[in-house]
Amino acid sequence: MLKVEGLNVFYGAIHALHDVSFEVKQGEIVTLIGANGAGKTTILHTVSGLVRAKSGKISFQDQNITTTEAHVILKHGLAHVPEGRRVFSQMSVQENLLMGAYARKDKDGIAEDLEKVYMRFPRLRERYRQMAGTLSGGEQQMLATGRALMSRPSLLMMDEPSMGLSPILVGEVFEIIRSINASGTTVLLVEQNAAMALSIANRAYVLETGRIVKEGSADALMHDDDVRRAYLG
Amino acid sequence: MKPATFLITLINGLQLGSVYALIALGYTMVYGIVKLINFAHGDILMVGSYVVLFMLTTVFAAQTLLAKVIAVAAAIVFCVMLGIVIDRVAYKPLRSAPRISALITAIGVSLALQIIAQLIFGSEQIKFPQVILNETLFKIDKKPVKSLPIITCCVSVVLMIALNLFVNKTKPGRAMRAVSEDMGAARLMGINVNNTISLTFAIGCTLAAVGSVFYAQKVGYVKPLMGSLPGIKAFIAAVFGGIGSIPGAVLGGFVIGMLETFVNYFASQYVDAVVYGLLIVVLLVRPAGMLGKAVREKV
Repeated sequence: MLKVEGLNVFYGAIHALHDVSFEVKQGEIVTLIGANGAGKTTILHTVSGLVRAKSGKISFQDQNITTTEAHVILKHGLAHVPEGRRVFSQMSVQENLLMGAYARKDKDGIAEDLEKVYMRFPRLRERYRQMAGTLSGGEQQMLATGRALMSRPSLLMMDEPSMGLSPILVGEVFEIIRSINASGTTVLLVEQNAAMALSIANRAYVLETGRIVKEGSADALMHDDDVRRAYLG
Repeated sequence: MKPATFLITLINGLQLGSVYALIALGYTMVYGIVKLINFAHGDILMVGSYVVLFMLTTVFAAQTLLAKVIAVAAAIVFCVMLGIVIDRVAYKPLRSAPRISALITAIGVSLALQIIAQLIFGSEQIKFPQVILNETLFKIDKKPVKSLPIITCCVSVVLMIALNLFVNKTKPGRAMRAVSEDMGAARLMGINVNNTISLTFAIGCTLAAVGSVFYAQKVGYVKPLMGSLPGIKAFIAAVFGGIGSIPGAVLGGFVIGMLETFVNYFASQYVDAVVYGLLIVVLLVRPAGMLGKAVREKV
């Protein structure tokens, strides 16, 4: 579904990604794990078009999207929940969700999906008129996730959904990711919380200073000595 | 101050205030979306009045109502195109550059517009034709209340209400708010950021073009440097209200307009000192402006 080959990304003189290649297949949950600054977020930003690659190829559902602009990539069915949620704090919860459906024109479909999001996140329905900036961290994560779902994506990319949340909420967020995946959306998950990420993923890639150093099934990596030592404590 | 004088001064203050508010909206909307103080915005006002003048003196033989309507429409269209072109040519290449580069560029664009206008029209002031009816509506205490101030206020208020509805209730308006809050996140929503920025410039320039007609007719002439002063006053208005805030620009426009008109009545030589003094006080006491929110700089 998503195929990244030989990706090189630079920030000025800093070589942020070195020949990164990975793949996400239809229906999977794939996770990219690694320490802070390993390049996980850069990968997602490059895939969704916010950052341009120096070389390499990104294809999504057999279409080359390497140089496609961010606002067009979304229309291919690729949604991105950015790190730190980045909800529109000056807009209401409902307006935020409608922003997620900005690129769509099918009014009935949008209304239907809005209802689905409210079913999935009843807290958002309770607060639909509230300004998004006044929500708690967990609620903002739900809102950012719901907003991404409003574009009806076939691949959902999530960047550090557990960041800054209490352990109970972290469990809840991962349960949500699992259920989104179960309802047919492929998920690419970036996480520092490697234990949690590996527990719900099918496959995983380990990233170190801009390089993919290990890949395999989530089960295998969970029992890999290096991974245990470095990421699972 | 006699009640009649007070009322007339009040009307004049509202008239000047609505012109400032129209221009201030352009400053504040552009700032809200690209974080740029577009110093060329005042000169758009000048360009707009020259277009009206050109249409009514060179293109049309008679200044009929139709000719006037077409002239104003032409000024709006021309200013909108000019605003979009300025953004694409001068500001867009600097979107990711340090803000000071774009600011200096804006000053450069402002000077360029003034000099081009001088080359084409000469630097002397030219009488501005009457575009909007300015008859005496009624008299209070033998002082006439004219129609130009009233029309200026009414049209401006209608435009401001329309703008408010547009920004808050329509899809492109939501896109503008989204881009102004978080450009990256807006792109992830499928918003074409460049088009949204062009739309913002277009709206700002439309308001400036309308404002140019009111302003030029109030002062009675056009000249290449005529945009600087109202431009700076409107900029102060935008800062006073809180740059980036649409209601702030309207509030600031009216406050500055009123202040200027009343100070002018009592001690006209102090007008500019009082307005600039107000700017200094606001920047010291409430740097984010009256209705602006203090935002943390993202690192």
